[in-house]
Amino acid sequence: MSEVTEDSIRQESRAWLEANWDPNLSLVEWRNRLIDSGWGVPTWPVDWYGKALSDPLGRVVAAELERIGAVGVAKTGIRSLAAATILVHGTDMHKEKFLRRILTGEDTWCQLFSEPGCGSDLAGATTRADFKGNKWIINGQKVWTTSAHHAQYGLLLARTDWDVPKHQGLSFFIIDIEQPGVEVQPLRQMNSHASFNQVFLTDAEIAPEYLLNELGNGWAVATTTLMHERRGADSLRRYAQASDRPERVYVEEAAEIGVQLEPYKWYPQRGGRVDLVVERAKATGAFDDPAMRQEIAKLLTLSKAAEWTDRRARALQDKGGPQGPEGSLGKLAASNVARMAAQVHTAIAGSDAMLTGEDGALDGVIAEVLVSVPAISIAGGTDEIQKNIISERVLKMPKEARTDTKGPFRDVPRNTVG
Amino acid sequence: MQFTFTEEQEEFRRYLRRFLDDKSTPADVRRLMATDDGYDRDVWRQLCNDLGLPAVGIPETYGGQGFGFVELGIVLEEMGRALLCAPFFASAVLAANAILNAGSEEQKRELLPEIASGETIATLAFAEDNGRWDSGGIEMTATKSGDGYVLDGAKSFVLDGHIAGLIVVVARKAGTSGDTGLSFFTVAADASGLDKRLLKTVDETRKVARLQFSSVPATLLGTEGEGAAPLSRTLDQAAVCLASEMVGGAEQLRESALEYAHMRMQFGRSIASFQAIKHKSAEMLLEVELAKSAAYYAAQAAADGANDLPMVAPLAKACAADAYMQAAVQTVQIHGGVGFTWDNDTHLWFKRAKSSEVFLGTPAYHRERLMQHWPA
Repeated sequence: MSEVTEDSIRQESRAWLEANWDPNLSLVEWRNRLIDSGWGVPTWPVDWYGKALSDPLGRVVAAELERIGAVGVAKTGIRSLAAATILVHGTDMHKEKFLRRILTGEDTWCQLFSEPGCGSDLAGATTRADFKGNKWIINGQKVWTTSAHHAQYGLLLARTDWDVPKHQGLSFFIIDIEQPGVEVQPLRQMNSHASFNQVFLTDAEIAPEYLLNELGNGWAVATTTLMHERRGADSLRRYAQASDRPERVYVEEAAEIGVQLEPYKWYPQRGGRVDLVVERAKATGAFDDPAMRQEIAKLLTLSKAAEWTDRRARALQDKGGPQGPEGSLGKLAASNVARMAAQVHTAIAGSDAMLTGEDGALDGVIAEVLVSVPAISIAGGTDEIQKNIISERVLKMPKEARTDTKGPFRDVPRNTVG
Repeated sequence: MQFTFTEEQEEFRRYLRRFLDDKSTPADVRRLMATDDGYDRDVWRQLCNDLGLPAVGIPETYGGQGFGFVELGIVLEEMGRALLCAPFFASAVLAANAILNAGSEEQKRELLPEIASGETIATLAFAEDNGRWDSGGIEMTATKSGDGYVLDGAKSFVLDGHIAGLIVVVARKAGTSGDTGLSFFTVAADASGLDKRLLKTVDETRKVARLQFSSVPATLLGTEGEGAAPLSRTLDQAAVCLASEMVGGAEQLRESALEYAHMRMQFGRSIASFQAIKHKSAEMLLEVELAKSAAYYAAQAAADGANDLPMVAPLAKACAADAYMQAAVQTVQIHGGVGFTWDNDTHLWFKRAKSSEVFLGTPAYHRERLMQHWPA
């Protein structure tokens, strides 16, 4: 066997793409062809649609797809987390049944982890799974569920044993969302958008073979999912570039991305829209006010320093360095930028900060910034949790003494949810 | 733009750190800050002869090693960390770059090799009693006299001005203002009419002097009346270098606060286990890392002679100044009562943070400059 190098992979994938890429296929037809070739997910195992390539070689293949303008496998949303989790913890039956349809984009997935009673403390889940007759019966409530309104399947973390310590009583399931016991409702946010759902589970059913890994091993499985979520935090944005080319496969992909991103149109606003600050300050005259200039400069300094810190972190990773604390640092920095940006936008807008919609500054975009930035310091782990992670994992400071991890979970004080 | 250091640069940093850990302990700092000279001649000699540090940023043509601002930044970061008491910033940063930016080819060949070797300690006399760091604050006059010039007026906040053998001075033609009529000059330390006084400083590790000029003979450096551009370039480069020095000091403070928190027991547990201290420590790490990123980016911009240096340099200076001072305040706080004592070393860095905050201009001054140079 000849040695696998960047060059050999580049040539091999290029030759296959040049012979097989056809933008006039349907999106699913094309993706099936790509999946069968192994070039769709080249870093996956050989037995499951891949070529077992390293991540750097996988990037070589991705670059070839991009070069020729070929559409890749479906990667947006929770489906890639589902795939990663199933690859590690699933049986052959799970892989056979779910992986291909994840990659073709035919199935959408959602993640049923957070609950009204447990946000940062995910292992405190109280959604219950009880084995009755020959199946699991699920009761409880999940929240902040992306895509649940159009998903076929969900990754579910539920409690199967209340008499063992917290983390040991959880199990991980694949649940069919399209059943009577699952009710999905949009969750309206303080900025009026409803980007997420709450999911009510009332005697929902799961067949025993859809337990992932062992009974009581749910926390370990969820950790796999969360690890991929953290690592791929940027991938949703990166892959969500729809092409406006007219061929069938592009049109269908653009529609897929459109459905996926529709609920997140306000996302740029939650970051604070630092890019609008100078333009707005010039428009209102605030740019000539020495005191305002100081505040704007503080914001620009913080924003630039955060951007360069992110570049440093990525450069270090590209060199093969360890994945440092920069992820948590970057998230904290983004919170600080967003908060300060909201203050500066308010100061620039003055009284206009009272107005929204077509009456507000920039047709309401500024108002949307002001009521959207609180999301950034909460979603994906609050600032306080990030500081715990940094202080404990990076600075090696001792963990808080815990009172919830020993003894039966039944006895642990917790929220009562009506 | 390069966002990581090369293996050679990392090795250089480790080498410097070992040297400075040995030669600039807090006990050394305390010993030297109590002296008027403010530096150890033996250590300075080793630093020049064995390590060749003043030569790092000077081109090989002029007797230097021909590295750039990235390597110079590493040197300064490590010196800031160790709180090294030495006339390095005055000579190798301020004076050397002023000569590089303003001097004629012949003057660079004449003046720089001795600065690179450390035989000559030089400095830049720029600010005056008004404490301004922009060209508009310069009132000292230069008057033509025979083949040369004479300078009249006073310079203040002159780094190591009391020990420098060569003083680079910025002065203006009488009757001019702002950026016009500015020229660079060199003045010998023993020139007639030059009266030097060491000023009493909060930060005793950074010595500054006031220099009174009464018809002091001076030699024109570069072109008469063309001083504004090289001056602004020199000050941008100096701001970048000071940012590097500051992030080194801030990192040292952050580490010392963390070490103390781990060790200090209260209420039957290490105070490092309290969330109030953990969150404060995480915030300090973030602030220092952000300031490092800005300082590293700015060093690279200076090394590349990038067009956006006039925007990036004040950004890095303001960012590092705020992070350093904040780290100093929080390090005292985490130490509690002992952090307020003379015997604890924290105040040495605290005071350096304070002098760095305003030296070359306050953060507010630099933020205003950042706004002036922000792309439209």
